[in-house]
Amino acid sequence: MKLANGNYIRPPARYSWWLRQGRYWRYMLRELSSLFIGIFSLMLVWGLYRLSQGEAAFSSWSANLWDQMLPLSLLVFVFAFYHSVSWFAVTPKAMPLRFAGKRLTSAFIVGAHLLLWLLVTALTWIAFIYGGEA
Amino acid sequence: MNSEKVTAADQVEPSKTARMLEVEILRYDPDQDEAPYYQVYQVPCQEEWVVLDAVNYIKDKLDRTLSYRWSCHMAVCGSCGMMVNGEPTLSCHAFIRDLPDRIKIEPLENFPVARDLIVEMDSFVEKLSSVKPYINAAIEKTPEEGTYTQLPQQLQDFQLYTQCINCLLCYSACPQFALNEDFVGPAALALAHRYNLDSRDRGRSVREDVVASNLGVWECSFVGACSEVCPKHVDPAAAIQQSKIAATGDYFMRFLTPWKKTTKGQKSSKEIHDEASKR
Repeated sequence: MKLANGNYIRPPARYSWWLRQGRYWRYMLRELSSLFIGIFSLMLVWGLYRLSQGEAAFSSWSANLWDQMLPLSLLVFVFAFYHSVSWFAVTPKAMPLRFAGKRLTSAFIVGAHLLLWLLVTALTWIAFIYGGEA
Repeated sequence: MNSEKVTAADQVEPSKTARMLEVEILRYDPDQDEAPYYQVYQVPCQEEWVVLDAVNYIKDKLDRTLSYRWSCHMAVCGSCGMMVNGEPTLSCHAFIRDLPDRIKIEPLENFPVARDLIVEMDSFVEKLSSVKPYINAAIEKTPEEGTYTQLPQQLQDFQLYTQCINCLLCYSACPQFALNEDFVGPAALALAHRYNLDSRDRGRSVREDVVASNLGVWECSFVGACSEVCPKHVDPAAAIQQSKIAATGDYFMRFLTPWKKTTKGQKSSKEIHDEASKR
């Protein structure tokens, strides 16, 4: 579009801009992943509701997850994983931490987050596997 | 173009083996053309050349009508930003050896094209001045009263953001700016953050009118492309996210400390002005 002053405006690709480059793809996937985090939350809430109805109801819900819901569960897992990794990857930008007068490196901040995540996941699994026997 | 500049193109020895590069360049002459078009040039390149050398070669030997900006040839001045194969790049920073045999050069995206590879950047200069990118001291000191001192550690807080050379690559990479040209944008917001972090500065509350607005940091959806393309590693995305956190803090502090009129107990521009005129 040519303006009165002679300048030419190249119109942006309003809907397809993100198809052009890898970094825009990664951004769109990250934003899309929040949708799957929402689905995951709904699945959890539904599980809690079934738990309130007694053991049999909860067992049928959890069996359902592995049975009919397996493709959805896997899809949700993949996106939840990407969501978490991309979330931790941007943490150094939002929190420039300092220790003993020195700036902590991005790799350290991301690494510490991932390690903590791994630890919490491991503890949850241990509680899940051995918790019932106690 | 200054004819006294010695370009790398002048130093080519014809006997040396050169790599032929097909360079496709967007051309636009506002006096003659209704719309831009592409022109292809065959450029014999030396292996150590950068894209800017190839463009200089075209200007010197093939087509004198080609217009573009450049100055320092060493990634300091920030003039020679171009789209090289769709990527916002300083053309003095992009080595030919890293590129394929055919490259496409366009003016920086998201800005009006004035002529060939030259974009109109007035809107950026306006935005930059709107965030008041200079030190707003609470009280101006006279020379007798001495200087404003700063510890090395206080300098470290913002030194990263002082590296900006206003090359506009971040604006070209930003899809948010592409969709809304009124977005204050990465470089201006990073520089606002730089002065907000400066221990000598008291102007944050004045800047927040622009920074914490809908067209300021809240227009950013954290694509992060600005930081990826920045040739000086300024990291505007980080500056904007930190500004968002600070602005959110301000918002809630207003409810907790309603007796305070301005952010962080700092003086408003009017108070600073009144105080200065009293002296």
